[in-house]
This record gives sequence, C-alpha cells and structure tokens, in this order.
Amino acid sequence: MKFMILVKANKDSESGALPREELMTAMVRYNEELVKAGVLLAGEGLHPSSKGARVRFSGDKRTVIDGPFAETKELVAGFWLWDVGSREEAIEWVKRMPNPAGEESEIEIRQVFSAEDFAPSDPTGELRAAEERMRAQTGQKP
Amino acid sequence: MTATDAHRTINAVFRIESPRLIAGLTRIVRDVGLAEELAQDALVAALERWPESGVPDNPGAWLMATAKHRAIDLLRRGKRVERKHEELGHEIELQQETAAPDLEAAIDDDVGDDLLRLVFISCHPVLSTEARVALTLRLLGGLTTEEIARAFLVPEPTVAQRIVRAKRTLAEARVPFEVPRGAELAERLSSVLQVIYLVFNEGYAATAGDDWMRPALCEDALRLGRILAELVPQEPEVHGLVALMEIQASRLRARTGPSGEPILLLDQNRARWDHVLIRRGLAALARAEALGGARGPYALQAAIAACHARAHTAEETDWARIAALYGALVQLMPSPVVELNRAVAVSMAFGPAAGLEVADALLSEPSLQGYHLLPSVRGDLLAKLGCFDEARAELERAASLTRNARERALLLERAAACARGSATS
Repeated sequence: MKFMILVKANKDSESGALPREELMTAMVRYNEELVKAGVLLAGEGLHPSSKGARVRFSGDKRTVIDGPFAETKELVAGFWLWDVGSREEAIEWVKRMPNPAGEESEIEIRQVFSAEDFAPSDPTGELRAAEERMRAQTGQKP
Repeated sequence: MTATDAHRTINAVFRIESPRLIAGLTRIVRDVGLAEELAQDALVAALERWPESGVPDNPGAWLMATAKHRAIDLLRRGKRVERKHEELGHEIELQQETAAPDLEAAIDDDVGDDLLRLVFISCHPVLSTEARVALTLRLLGGLTTEEIARAFLVPEPTVAQRIVRAKRTLAEARVPFEVPRGAELAERLSSVLQVIYLVFNEGYAATAGDDWMRPALCEDALRLGRILAELVPQEPEVHGLVALMEIQASRLRARTGPSGEPILLLDQNRARWDHVLIRRGLAALARAEALGGARGPYALQAAIAACHARAHTAEETDWARIAALYGALVQLMPSPVVELNRAVAVSMAFGPAAGLEVADALLSEPSLQGYHLLPSVRGDLLAKLGCFDEARAELERAASLTRNARERALLLERAAACARGSATS
C-alpha cells in the first residue's frame, strides 16, 4: 500500500535556507536505504510558501492569495511517496529518518487510495484470473 | 504503548529487518532454516522485551545481536554439531564478528551480498517453483505463512509444509550460500526473475477476485524486483522486469469498472493510470536499454507496455512499433499466444487484412484449438473486412469456447450485429 509522507515546514524551511550539509548527507543515505528496500517511489522538497499561492473558492468566486502563509507548522515542506506493507511499516521507516528540522519537527503519514479501495468484489473473479493468466504470457493486458 | 500496538510495531520492524537478518545469519550458520529459526527466536525475545522496555533506537541491530548470541549459544552447546560439521569452522569467524566493537557496521558491510545470496538460495533450481515462490516471499518479502496462504488461496499448512520441505531440501543438497558466477549467473537469475514475475501475476490476475490481499502481492513482487535491481544493477533483464511490472501495476486502478467488470486496455480511463509508476517503469526500461538489454524478453514486453503507457489516448498508440516488438518477442520465445497478439497489433497498424493473414496462420496450431481468443480475433477482423457471415460464425464459436459469462454475452452481441450486416453492435 502507498503512503504519502509529509514533512512539515518550520522557520528554516520557510526562510528558504537550504539544509545543512550534514543533514543533506544523512538524508541521501536514508533515501538510499529506502531505494534498496524497494520502498521509495518518489519524493520532492518544496520551495517556501512565500513563493507559493492559494486560490480560495467561494461559490463561483475565485480569489488568489499570494504566500507566505501563516501557521508555519501546518504547511508542507516536502513529501515522499512510499510503497510499504502496512501503516506500521511506514511508521517504522519514518522513525529511522534523520530529524529533518534539527530540533522540533513533525512528519505526517497518510495512506494513498489504491485499487483495493475501489475494486468491489467480483463473483466471476476466478474465471477472470484464469483468463488473465493466459494474457499474462504476452504482456498485453487489460 | 499497549501490547497490541507493540506487537504491530514488532511485526513491522520484523518485516523490514528480517531479510537482512536471515541473510546475515545464513552467512554465519550456513543453513537457511537454522538462520530463520534464530531470527524467529530473536523476534520472540523482542515480543517479550519490547512491550515493557520500548522499541530500541536501532531495532535491527538489537535483533541481529540477539540472534547472534543465540547462534553462539547453540554452537557452543554443540547440539547441532553432528548435523552440521562445517559450523565448527565458522565458530571462530562468528566470535570475531561478535567481538567487533561496531556490530552494526560489521553486518552492514556484507548486507548487499548476503541479501543477494539469499535471493539465489530461495530461488534455487533444486526447489519446485511453488517452493521457490513460498520461500522467496517468506525470507525476502517477510510475509508470514498465513499471508502467503491467503495470497495464493491455499491452506496455511500446505504453505508451511512447502517452506519446511524447501529448507530441508536446501540443507540436504548442501546448496552453497553464494552468488553464482558466469554462465550460471544468467541461468539462475532467470529463475529468480521468473519467481518474482509469477508472484506479480498471481496478484495482478486476482485484482477482480474477492480477496483484496492479492493486489498486495503485486506490490510485494514489485518491491522484490526493485530490491533485486539495486543488488544487481548491471543486469538489464532485472530492470526490464521491473519496468514491465511498474507499467502493468500503473493500470491496476483503471482495470475494473464500478461493479468490478474488467475494462480492456484500450477502453481504460488513462487519467486513472498511476503516472508515478509509469514514470518509474519508463526509467527502468531506459536503464535496461542503456545496459544493452533492449532485446531481452522482459525488456521487450516492457517496451510493448511502454507503447501503451506513452499514448495519451488509445488512438495515439504506436501500433507499428508494437507489432515490430511482438515480432521480436515471438522470435525470442515462440508462442502462439504472443503470435496472436502480434496479429492484433499488425491489424491495428496495417489494417485488418494484414492482421488476418497472421491470425490465419495460427488455425492449425493445436494449442489454440480450444482458445476462444483466436476465433474472437478472427471474427473481429473478418467483420472489419465486411465478411459478416464468416465473422458471425467465428464470434459464435468464440462465444461457445469462453467460460466467462460476461465475455460470452459480448461475443454473442457482436455476432448478432454481424448477422445484421454491421461490424459493430
């Protein structure tokens, strides 16, 4: 199952300061571990909210609000997308992460919707499985 | 932390740590069964200790240290010495390692190699395919026997027995814990890739089933493939297989409709494809090609899947390229099913007559006699050519051969349309 790991902003990330070399090295090493475990799908860091914008919806009206935004700790500074076996596994991986903000920081773990959340049960699933095993030989699949 | 929380955490830790734990221990005790027992013992110790003491900062190192102490105890007591003479020789090595000040560093040194050896031992040719699959999921995927049983819809005791026998077979055959070299490497690697793809397909084919565990099997296979790609980054077919699985997995969401009905590739809502996985798949394919592996069987299949993935709409599909790729694939692994797919691709690229010519050549193929897709494809192409009577007969024949009610209804509808003298219903 997929999880999105959200790194919350702090004063440093909002100031646009780049992370210290030490932290960068630790993060690179950590990312390597994730890759070697087949867990890491994607990940990006975000520019500070001062470069961002919000569009507020009110009925048919749209209002553009330029950053920076208040409530720093509610802002997202970066994300990873992981493929792990369980929520607990995601938590375990997060616990191994170098502290991204030095002292106080928070990482949020959110599950991504996936096929099994949508796929309702199919009484003829068994037949279809046999059918698709045939197709599987060819790489041409529905 | 409640006991249940602690157990969940411990299971998660174990899932993450057990492959390297078992791999490292196998290097020391030279017996994958014994290594797993030791790892399990360490897990039991963790279950006893952690709910009270809390999970240590470095749980992997804790588990490894615990398992190693038990290995030493075991060897000292000599209980298994008669059964495994060579262990005595390893005792010195073992003591030196445990005496090392930085135990974790010592473990990490070899972890890549150990894991790779574990992959090759789990997929060893002395084992049956089922045993390879079960053992790989157990030792490398960290799945419990129960999870494997659920995924493959077989009773748990069957899986347990399979794993026990597999470990015994490996011990009896004295299968060395090593990475094969030279020509043997290629052969053994192909067995590994086959096991991983088998696991993937088991999950992929079952997404319409009523067991939601099975898409998780696709993910397990994908993770195993990705791990393998990091362990042997120079092998193009590994990247080819990863590319194929990533791209196929990207369609999981789009393959079924609201009531679980299958949606064929060309009818799928491409916005529902997982573009992160597509990007990863295309990158893996590029890696395979850069290593000179464009013509490998997995890379070829991935390249076909990539043609679909790159097309923003079904109409944009590069059918000429797909036909050519099927041509290369059929040379490499001659199969009437692949050839039938080529017929479809040829018809899409060069018109129904050209496709029909390829399909007609398969009429005498004995393995396709009861296979409904041959008359189904021929019926389609004949209808497109305006030969409605022949088309109707073929579609009715296809309908009589399929075991899928939904598909039968669809084929009969098309046959009826042919009777009215039109290619579409």
